[in-house]
Amino acid sequence: MLAKRIIPCLDVTGGRVVKGTNFINLIDAGDPVECAVEYNRQSADELVFLDITATSDGRKSIVDIIAKTAEKVFIPLTVGGGVRTIEDMRTMLNSGADKVSVNSAAVADPSIIKAGAGKFGSQCIVLAIDAKKAQNGRWKVYTHGGRKETVLDALEWAKYCVSLGAGEILLTSMDKDGTKSGYDIELTKIISESVNVPVIASGGAGSLEHMYDVLNAGKADAVLAASIFHFGQFTIPQAKLFLKNKHIPVRI
Amino acid sequence: MIALIDYGMGNLSSVRKAFIAAGARNIEIVSSPNEIYRAEAIVLPGVGNFGDGAKNLNFLGLSDSIRNFISSGKPFLGICLGMQLLMETSEEAPGIKGLGIINGKTIKFDNSLNLKVPQIGWNSVSKINKHSCFNGLKDNEYFYFVHSYYVVPENTSYIAGLTEYGIKFCSCICKENITATQFHPEKSQDAGIQIIKNFINSI
Repeated sequence: MLAKRIIPCLDVTGGRVVKGTNFINLIDAGDPVECAVEYNRQSADELVFLDITATSDGRKSIVDIIAKTAEKVFIPLTVGGGVRTIEDMRTMLNSGADKVSVNSAAVADPSIIKAGAGKFGSQCIVLAIDAKKAQNGRWKVYTHGGRKETVLDALEWAKYCVSLGAGEILLTSMDKDGTKSGYDIELTKIISESVNVPVIASGGAGSLEHMYDVLNAGKADAVLAASIFHFGQFTIPQAKLFLKNKHIPVRI
Repeated sequence: MIALIDYGMGNLSSVRKAFIAAGARNIEIVSSPNEIYRAEAIVLPGVGNFGDGAKNLNFLGLSDSIRNFISSGKPFLGICLGMQLLMETSEEAPGIKGLGIINGKTIKFDNSLNLKVPQIGWNSVSKINKHSCFNGLKDNEYFYFVHSYYVVPENTSYIAGLTEYGIKFCSCICKENITATQFHPEKSQDAGIQIIKNFINSI
């Protein structure tokens, strides 16, 4: 049976994990490669690196991080943040990433999804959506790390990008992100049931129960989390055992 | 020398890195028939369209050398599209012939099963034969899959592993010197590295 995936996310700027982690067994808990190796040891199912500087210097450092990680860690690696062109995608994939995620660049020009899927295959192209609830009860797409509102409806946008070739959706709730109050179940469910590609739920993880809820009621295929793992509140094996006991299929 | 075949179907660096991690001392990325004849073992990886893959192999003149290499009895590993290309045909590219090394076809997950397609993620493989490719691995071990199509060999005795996704499909073939996996050992952490080690040990 296909397992639900647990995916730690490392926000990286200037070659460092933002705010670091508190893995006591690491020499340098802010080093993205060391963190990646530790998460691999903990049996993470995939890793996402988010380049939150996304300047040209930042991009060079993320490429270097991916290349070093790919020599030691044999699970799928996704890179996002500042991927603007097909050339950027190629650079990331050649350095060892398996998937690239695009958000702002796809909003600016959705043809990048089609071109990327045509060149590298849909399985490489992850559409990242930052969504926030609007007054009409639907969800709006935001870009630039949640700073810019667009006119796009998140559900329609998801369906459109899948029709262009997006192979997965990384769905972040701007309302929930950073709150530790749980994932946005309603948003995740409506999008997951409307597209035939996997949906990775992101934003709001504060407990293992939250993960269960979004995988079960929210119909997510995978959960992304950062601080809950970085600061040692839970380890990935703890999360997997918890889910397994609740009959969620996980890789143990 | 282990020859990793580059026929324009996807990034080979992760396969190469995984072979190095599994202890391969001499792995070369190759794309000419001569290099294949020099090899002790060959690996046919690949992601993408069956039709493009088959055409590229023919265009590079590799199809015959792969067939001859396999008939010589030396070890062959096919991964994902590299497994599917062993078949005669695929629903993905009607009218285009695969390598035809194993009688059978490649078909798509049926829409009526209401599945998300492609299947993306970790799924378990139940071992149904005792081929050395599974040495050191427990039954129902998880491996990483990304695919919309799967193989249906006519001779079911070649099926070494089955995986469930709506239906039970053939996720691993072992036939004498041929090992082929629908999953990606290079992305399947320790279990995947073990598959690669077993392949290297068969050389």
